[in-house]
Amino acid sequence: MAETLLFNALREAIDEEMGRDDTVFVLGEDVGVYGGSYKVTKDLYDKYGELRVLDTPIAENSFTGMAVGAAMTGLRPIIEGMNMGFLLLAFNQIANNAGMLRYTSGGNFKIPMVIRGPGGVGRQLGAEHSQRLEAYFQAVPGLKIVACSTPYNAKGLLKAAIRDDNPVLFFEHVLLYNLKEDLPNHEYVVPLDKAEIVRPGKDVTILTYSRMRHHVTQAVKGLEKKGIDPEVIDLISLKPLDFDTIGASIKKTHRVIIVEECMKTGGIGAEIIASINDRYFDELDAPVVRLSSQDIPTPYNGKLETLTIVQPKQIEAAVENMVALNV
Amino acid sequence: MVQERTLPQFQAPAAQITADEGLVLYEDMILGRYFEDKCAEMYYRGKMFGFVHLYNGQEAVSTGVIKALRSDDYVCSTYRDHVHALSAGVPAQNVMAELFGKETGCSRGRGGSMHLFSSEHNLLGGFAFIGEGIPVALGAAFQSRYRKDALKDPSADQVTACFFGDGTTNNGQFFECLNMAALWKLPILFVVENNKWAIGMAHERATSQPEIYKKAAVFGMPGVEVDGMDVMAVRAVAQEAVARARAGEGPTLIEALTYRFRGHSLADPDELRSKAEKEAWLARDPIKRFEAYLLEHSLVDEGALKEIRDRIQTRIDDALTFAEDSPEPSPDDLYKYIFAED
Repeated sequence: MAETLLFNALREAIDEEMGRDDTVFVLGEDVGVYGGSYKVTKDLYDKYGELRVLDTPIAENSFTGMAVGAAMTGLRPIIEGMNMGFLLLAFNQIANNAGMLRYTSGGNFKIPMVIRGPGGVGRQLGAEHSQRLEAYFQAVPGLKIVACSTPYNAKGLLKAAIRDDNPVLFFEHVLLYNLKEDLPNHEYVVPLDKAEIVRPGKDVTILTYSRMRHHVTQAVKGLEKKGIDPEVIDLISLKPLDFDTIGASIKKTHRVIIVEECMKTGGIGAEIIASINDRYFDELDAPVVRLSSQDIPTPYNGKLETLTIVQPKQIEAAVENMVALNV
Repeated sequence: MVQERTLPQFQAPAAQITADEGLVLYEDMILGRYFEDKCAEMYYRGKMFGFVHLYNGQEAVSTGVIKALRSDDYVCSTYRDHVHALSAGVPAQNVMAELFGKETGCSRGRGGSMHLFSSEHNLLGGFAFIGEGIPVALGAAFQSRYRKDALKDPSADQVTACFFGDGTTNNGQFFECLNMAALWKLPILFVVENNKWAIGMAHERATSQPEIYKKAAVFGMPGVEVDGMDVMAVRAVAQEAVARARAGEGPTLIEALTYRFRGHSLADPDELRSKAEKEAWLARDPIKRFEAYLLEHSLVDEGALKEIRDRIQTRIDDALTFAEDSPEPSPDDLYKYIFAED
């Protein structure tokens, strides 16, 4: 076991996969000589050379499309979006080509590529650098969407994403890069489509992902003191959602709270509620509650920014309220 | 009013060809022309649907460039992709079946007119939106260089030909990709089919520098202007660019001056282009011109050309029968091909 920071766990995943498969390469802005804005590709340029760790010009849509073409013809590109918000500029190539092309080509081509990078609300980075794009992409067919949350799952999930034969959007959170954890010394891979039961419980199901997992964990400490026993599920896979795990939990607790950093309107939580109503309505003892970010561009001011995203105290109160209703 | 670009005077092509080479080029152009004429017929008879963009008039470009490639080179097209697919070797019956939405189509009926694909023929696709194929083509070219230089595979010398129109050259992806191709010396041909019109937008009204080939200079890339109605000239220019790309010397921008004989798509009433302009270009029909060349140089006789025309007509008729008789995709397969596992 070795204690590792999350950014370094990601680096190890890329290094191991590049060593294992020489068709794997990294491209993006400042990934090479500079080693990546968050040092996820540190030293890989020296180890693998400039074609395998390719510094691109600032041309998001074009280098994303280039990765699609490289993937169609047999390589396995990993795109680093310096900030995931920049990938809005690459929306056409991600949606129309990475996502749909296998289908429109009638299975002629597969597109094994990973698009990864930091997103989420950081510390006073301003609206454009604080985006959560997962909801923008969830409507695009053909994409897999994954959000990592710990050094352990970050490493195992990224390795799985690189090995997957489909386009995977891999979301990291800007405030989690320095999270520490002891990682196994042996190689491991974590499945992309499985939710993780963070804490088993019986009173209520809390569905969360990415950084909010840690806000939920904090809230649970307070709830435990009050004798409440929540089940916490880190969704990991945002597309497809793991309804086996979600459903089993609902059948046990009959109550669901969704905690997300996503926008409320049209967000991941909105999709989950609709799907739970479709599948498990009869199992519910109470309407599903979602705690989401405010529907505003993230303000720069620190106090307003804090008010924009869900805080542990709000989670605690919402769970307490739901359990106290005892419906 | 915007001044129209004067068509340059091209010198007669110095390249010589054999009778066999001439017949290959002729057959490919006839195939393209007859295929598209059949599409128009089927569309107007209500048997073909969607947006259908025909290639009539531009055959010398597809034939001249793609027949200068090896079969393991890559071709990347646009929404006007039927004839590129045919030149790249995709059988006419599979292209026609795709236009009929059949399971036997080259994209299994999921793509349609603007999304023709064939991994077997290294056809990277028809792309419906302006410019989005250029980065994909760049990726294929990068892949060749990666295999050659990062993986030390000497057999990885494949070249990619990327086609797009004059309208696309005002789009950011054109400039971004020219920059990257030159920067990394990628083996790619950027082939502009300048047919003067982006639907109803005259090229001169959309661009500050109508001579597109000159845009290569700022990237330190060779830019070549060629008569896109002369298959011999296009072929000669393409051969040179392919040789350069294969030798690791990087990309070339080729601007082929051509003309579409029909509207932008079969849904376009084509009201803006003047009769005089159309007649001037129809007089330069690349097929008639090449026929005259072959006969004047006594490379072939009229009988050989007629034999080809008859054979292609039969092949088109067979392709139509094949398409009409082919099954539709099974409703059970609605979700098939979304993911690689499907």
